[in-house]
Amino acid sequence: MANLLANMFGSSPVQPLEKHVDIAYRCTKELVAFFEAVIAGDWNKAAEFRNAIDAYEHEADDLKKEIRLHLPKSLFMPVPREDLLELLLVQDKMANRTKDVSGLVMGRKLQIPAPIAQDFLAFVRRNVDAAKKARKSVRELDELFTTGFRGAEAALVESLIEELDNIETDTDNLQAKLRGQLFEIEATLDPVSIIFLYRVIELTGEIADMAERVGRRLELLLSH
Amino acid sequence: MEAQYIYIGLAAVFGIFMAWGIGANDVANAMATSVGSKALTIRQAILVAAVFEFLGAVLAGGAVTTTIRKGIVDATLLSDTPELLIYGMLAALLAAGTWLFIASRNGWPVSTTHSIVGAIVGFAAVGIGIDAVQWNKVVEIVMSWVGSPLLAGVIAYLIFTSVQRLILRHDDPLAQAKRYVPVYMFLAAFTMTLVTILKGLKHVGLNISLTGSYILAMAIALVVALIGAFVIRRIQPDKKLDRKQHFYTVERVFAVLMVVTACSMAFAHGSNDVANAIGPLAAVVSVAHTGVIGAESALPIWVLVLGGAGIVIGLATYGRHVIATVGHKITQLTPSRGFAAELAAATTIVIASGTGIPISTTHTLVGAVLGVGLARGIEAIDLRVVSRVFISWVVTIPAGALLAILFFTIFKAVLP
Repeated sequence: MANLLANMFGSSPVQPLEKHVDIAYRCTKELVAFFEAVIAGDWNKAAEFRNAIDAYEHEADDLKKEIRLHLPKSLFMPVPREDLLELLLVQDKMANRTKDVSGLVMGRKLQIPAPIAQDFLAFVRRNVDAAKKARKSVRELDELFTTGFRGAEAALVESLIEELDNIETDTDNLQAKLRGQLFEIEATLDPVSIIFLYRVIELTGEIADMAERVGRRLELLLSH
Repeated sequence: MEAQYIYIGLAAVFGIFMAWGIGANDVANAMATSVGSKALTIRQAILVAAVFEFLGAVLAGGAVTTTIRKGIVDATLLSDTPELLIYGMLAALLAAGTWLFIASRNGWPVSTTHSIVGAIVGFAAVGIGIDAVQWNKVVEIVMSWVGSPLLAGVIAYLIFTSVQRLILRHDDPLAQAKRYVPVYMFLAAFTMTLVTILKGLKHVGLNISLTGSYILAMAIALVVALIGAFVIRRIQPDKKLDRKQHFYTVERVFAVLMVVTACSMAFAHGSNDVANAIGPLAAVVSVAHTGVIGAESALPIWVLVLGGAGIVIGLATYGRHVIATVGHKITQLTPSRGFAAELAAATTIVIASGTGIPISTTHTLVGAVLGVGLARGIEAIDLRVVSRVFISWVVTIPAGALLAILFFTIFKAVLP
C-alpha cells in the first residue's frame, strides 16, 4: 500500500557513488599490471588485463546510468543534484581514460622504449595513487552527509583533497620529465610510434587530472 | 429502552473496527522510524507500541475524544431528537472505517483523522443542517492540519541542528554524544509527562497541582535520563566498524535515545488517534445512557480502554507487516536523524492531544522528517510527498463526508 512516510525517501545516491568510485579505481589499478605485461612483451597477458579494464569500465558505466536514473529532479538533497552528477562524471572519466590508453597501446601493440620503461611505470603508478586517493576521499561522502558537510569531518576531507593535489602535482612533474626523456631518444624511434607514445603519456596523465577533479568536486560540495 | 443496547453494541463494534484499522496502519508509521533505523527490532517495536499506545490512549486521549465527541457537532440543536446524534456518530464511524478499508486496499494514502472529521462534518452539515456544525472549531482543526506538520518540521530542524553542532561536527563525536544524549532523553521524557499530567490526567480523574506537575515530570524525566546515561556508558566503540563508517558507535548511542523517543511517539500517537475510534463511540454511549444530549457525563474509562485494546490488536495482527515494509524503506533515517524526527513529531502531537485537537500523526511525522531534511540531515527526500499529502486531504475529507451522509440516511430509515 502507498505509504507517505515510506515513499518520501528517494534512493540515496551516496552508497552508489562510493561504489562507483571503487570500481573506477579498480579499473585504473589494472593499468599497472597491463603496462608491466606490455613492457615484458607478453601481449597475451596484456590482453587479459586489457579485458579486465574493459569489464570494470563497463561496470562503472552501468552503475553511472543507474545512479542518474535514480536522481529525479523532485529529490531534495543537502547538496545540488548537479554537483553530484558532475562528481559521478569525473569519477567515470578515470575509468574511461584507463580504457582509452590501454586500448591505444593494445591496438597498435605499442612498445614502451626500454630507456624510459621504468620511469613510465612509476608515472603510471603515481596516477593510480591519485585515483586511490580520490576513492578514499569519496568514501567519506556518507560521513559528510551525516555531519551536514561541516566540522571535523569536512576538515578531514579537505586534508585528503590536499594530499590528492600533491599527488597530481607529482604526476605532472613525472610527465614533464618523461616527455623530456622521450625527446632525447626520439632519433632512435619510429616517428609514428613517437607520436602515439606522447599520446599515451598524455592520456595516462589525465587519470590523475580526473582524480584531481574528483577532489575539486568534493570541495565544491563542502563549500555549500 | 431496548434500543440503547443496540446502539452501544453497534458503536462498540464499529469503534473497535476503526481502532483495529488505526493499529494496523497508522501505528506502523509511528513505529517504523525506530525499526528502520535499527534502534528496535520489530518484536521490540510492537511491545513498545502496545504498552505506550495503550498508556497514551488511556492517560492522555481524553481531550481529543471530547472534541470528536461533542466539539464538532453543535448538539444543542438536537435536544429534541437525540437519536439523530446516535445515527450520525454511527454513520461517521462506519464511513471512516469503510473509507480507510477501501483506501488501503487500493493503496491510497489516507489519514484516519481526516476521514473521521470529514465524516462527522458530513453527516452534521447535510443530515442535520449547516448550522449543526461548529464551524469555528472545524476551522481551528483544519488550520492545525497545516500547522502541525509545520511546527513538527521547525522543532525537528532545531533539534537536528543542535545535534550537528553539539555532536556530529565535533572532533570527538562519541564523547559528545555520551554527554548530550541523556539531555535529549530528559527533554523527551519531560515534555511527554508534563503535557500528559497537565492536560491529560484530568480526564482520568486525577488532579495534580501545577508545581506538583512540574516536579513530577522532572522526576520522571530525570529517572529516564539516568537509566539512559547508564546504558550509554556501557557502549564501547567498535574500532573495526568505526573505521568503515566513522559514526557507527555514535549512532549506537543515538539508538538508545531512540528507544525513549519511540516510546514517546507511541504514547503521543495513542493519545491523539484513539479518539478517532472512540470519540463517536463515547458520544453514542453518553446519549444512549442518559437519553439526553449535552448531559455532563464524564468519559467512561472503559471506552478509552476499549480503544487502546483495539489499536494493540490491530498492531499485533496486521500492523507488524506494515512496520516491516515501511521500516525497510526508510533506512536513511539513522538514529541521529530518526530521533530528531520522532521527538519533534511526538512533542507536536502530544501538545495537540493536550489541547484536544485531532491531527494526522503521519502528516506530522512527514513534516518532522522534512525538517531534518532541511537541516541537511537526509540524503534524498522525494518532494512529491508534499503534493501527496495535499491530495490525501482533498480526497479523504469529501469521501468520508459522502459515505457518512449515505450511512446516516440508511440508519435513519432502518434503526429504531
